[in-house]
Amino acid sequence: MTQHLPEAHPQHPVLSVSGACKRFGSVVALDNVSIDVHRGEILALLGDNGAGKSTLIKCISGVHRLDAGDVVIDGAANVLRSPADARLAGIETVYQDLALFDNLTPAQNFFAGREIAGPRWFPRAMRFLNKRKMDEQTRSLIQSLNVSLPHLDAVVALMSGGQRQAIAVARSAVFARKVVILDEPTAALGQRESRKVLDLIGALRDRGNAIILITHNMEHVTELACRAVVLRQGRRVGELVPTRDNKQELVSMIVGA
Amino acid sequence: MTGMDESLEREVAEPRSAAVANSENIAVAVGLKLLGAGAVLILIGLVLVLSLLSPYFLSPRNLGNILAQTAVVCVVAMGQHLVILTKGIDLSVGSNLALASVLGALSFHAGASTLTVVAVMVVAGAAVGAVNGLFYVYGRLPHPFIITLATLSIAKGIALQLADGRAIPGMPPAIRSLGQEAFAGLPGSVFVVAGVAGLMFVLTQSTVWGRWVYAVGGKADAAVRMGIPVSAVLVSTYVISGTCAGIGAVLLAGRTDAGSPLFGNLLELDTIAAVIIGGASFLGGRGHIGHALIGAIMIGVIRNALNLLNVGVFYQLIVIGVVIVIAVEADVLRNHLESRMRVLRAETGP
Ligand SMILES: Nc1ncnc2c1ncn2[C@@H]1O[C@H](COP(=O)(O)OP(=O)(O)O)[C@@H](O)[C@H]1O
Ligand SMILES: [Mg+2]
Repeated sequence: MTQHLPEAHPQHPVLSVSGACKRFGSVVALDNVSIDVHRGEILALLGDNGAGKSTLIKCISGVHRLDAGDVVIDGAANVLRSPADARLAGIETVYQDLALFDNLTPAQNFFAGREIAGPRWFPRAMRFLNKRKMDEQTRSLIQSLNVSLPHLDAVVALMSGGQRQAIAVARSAVFARKVVILDEPTAALGQRESRKVLDLIGALRDRGNAIILITHNMEHVTELACRAVVLRQGRRVGELVPTRDNKQELVSMIVGA
Repeated sequence: MTGMDESLEREVAEPRSAAVANSENIAVAVGLKLLGAGAVLILIGLVLVLSLLSPYFLSPRNLGNILAQTAVVCVVAMGQHLVILTKGIDLSVGSNLALASVLGALSFHAGASTLTVVAVMVVAGAAVGAVNGLFYVYGRLPHPFIITLATLSIAKGIALQLADGRAIPGMPPAIRSLGQEAFAGLPGSVFVVAGVAGLMFVLTQSTVWGRWVYAVGGKADAAVRMGIPVSAVLVSTYVISGTCAGIGAVLLAGRTDAGSPLFGNLLELDTIAAVIIGGASFLGGRGHIGHALIGAIMIGVIRNALNLLNVGVFYQLIVIGVVIVIAVEADVLRNHLESRMRVLRAETGP
């Protein structure tokens, strides 16, 4: 695995968050947090439970709005009012709860909210679905990402945890143009299934996306991430290039010992 | 129930041979297939048994009767089905139908043309549906049960007030013949049912909107995150349910040559029962138009058969209730089998 250093990216970051603050009532979930990510790199976002990781990525993906701070995408300041805004801006998110529709097939899940349909002069809701095209694209995507889904016409409710996770990650791959955010994508998986999801994340990076990966698994961090940013109690407390040797340093940064 | 879960977990914990897991996999898959086709199978079985019990049952005249009598339930159940797809419920359909029929009769007596009378009934139904949907979504009500219960009462009250508590006789001849006469050997209302069913089928299965309805019923908060306009989708299902009640009003007013505030009593129960008996899931996101139609026809067949066999009306209520319980349990069983299937797939790998 080649380790990319920040210096290896002379171009501007594709996503840059600066001075992010977010409160929930009296809880300060984010206190002046800044992060940058570049195309083709994986940034690990680390921290103990309640450190503010999910809050930060929800602000980037339009679920929450920042109280203060800026989100700059490809050099342009953006106000993300809704998840749809973030998706339009090229940011895809794999949420901790996956946000999959159990009653739909993988293809229907991939294209939910972004159905391929026509004719164009019809109002969006009344357009006719182009099911063949959506199925085709799903099949080729699944092939190119090397995911094994034997029952493509079955609803997602019938699939195993690993398959569901793979579907959620693959869905982000369909539309990701700039940034993919993954919130603990392997937390509920066994080793074999985790392996597949990690390979998938690598494939997403190789396609030129910037990846923000939240995980508690230090093995995965050292294997995949170019950089690791650590949050503690809503603050950014450090950044490291993770290697096998500084794992301990990373862990003590996380717990604050 | 808990006992079952425990034994399930124990089973999962024990290592088993791939062959055993595989045969169970097949058994579960077959079970799911059977449950999927359950309502149709039961309807076919029912028809076979009834044709043996009563020679009159399969006569064209009696079949025509069943269709004519179930047409209203069929149309309104198709609207109800949309609402149930989104995890909702529309209790107001019966009163809505009554109010629409009264408004239709009043407009007829005020000299409106046939087309206007039809439009009045359909638009009145849609309007009550819009009130339901808008209050549910934008009034931030916890469940549509509450607002549709309120409009059940309000629409009934307005209908009784307007009609002075009585039926208002008289409908334009065209509406009457639609409700009473046969065309090409079939009751006119059957064509209306077929037309509505065809339109609904295309809307739900082939349009972006239809896909959104299923997504909202499957997981509303995920639908929001995927950029689907959830509020508008929800409102639209109530408007369509109301519209179906308005169309039902046209059919019933035609059949009885009257508009009446007493129409549609317990129609909400018949339509909800039809959707559930037909095999749609009360948990949302599962089902199609066929379920509503099969369920409505099944209720019609059971009623008709019990009549032919001289079984009293009281027993009919009991039988329908029992069938509802069976249908809901089948839905629970299906969910159980599906999670079992998931465990098996995780064990044996893809
Ligand atoms: N929607 C919310 N409402 C109120 N408090 C919240 C909400 N979301 C997160 N918090 C609080 O913000 C802090 C950070 O939470 P979170 O971002 O979920 O942490 P992490 O994902 O790092 O475990 C916690 O104290 C949490 O209780
Ligand atoms: Mg979290």
